[in-house]
Amino acid sequence: MTSHFFLLVLFAFFVSTVFGVLLRDEPRQQLRTGAVMFGGFIATALVLGWLMYPFPL
Amino acid sequence: MTTKLTAADRPRAVVEPGTLVLLCLAAWLVPGAGHWWMGRRQKAIVFLLALPAMFAIGLVLHGRVFPFEFSEPLVGLAAVANFLAGAPWILTRFLDGGHGMVTAVTYEYGNCFLIVSGLLNFLVILDAYDVAVGRK
Repeated sequence: MTSHFFLLVLFAFFVSTVFGVLLRDEPRQQLRTGAVMFGGFIATALVLGWLMYPFPL
Repeated sequence: MTTKLTAADRPRAVVEPGTLVLLCLAAWLVPGAGHWWMGRRQKAIVFLLALPAMFAIGLVLHGRVFPFEFSEPLVGLAAVANFLAGAPWILTRFLDGGHGMVTAVTYEYGNCFLIVSGLLNFLVILDAYDVAVGRK
């Protein structure tokens, strides 16, 4: 449970699940919205992570 | 042949003000209870599973359930967010848990899970309110 990436994925999973279910009424739309949001979370984190890579802490 | 009802086709639920307060209290106490009350069982089950799970993961990650100290605004706001989680917050306070471990590598992640769990539950309460007054 100390992997930063695993925790990021776990967090993204829960948040996108809740938002997907909250924002849409039909199960298919909920799944789609949740999946898009989940992908967005992960992709954004990876892109921002690589963009910050050259900078020292 | 059956046709699926869209949100617009659903009968509008209009609840008495007293019942609305009870509904919001129930929705705060048990994540998803408001949706269950309004007949949206599938949503209620997802909220009931996801939000307490997030809170529990936050505790496992050594996150802190913040005290209501408004002399430090961020601590006070985090405490409000924690409080919004409902029953998981009550249970944690009752069992004297959630002290957090600042030295743990996952401390900030734990806080993040705990705070976001409460804030998401707040959105769920607002959604249940909207359903109850017929806005959704």
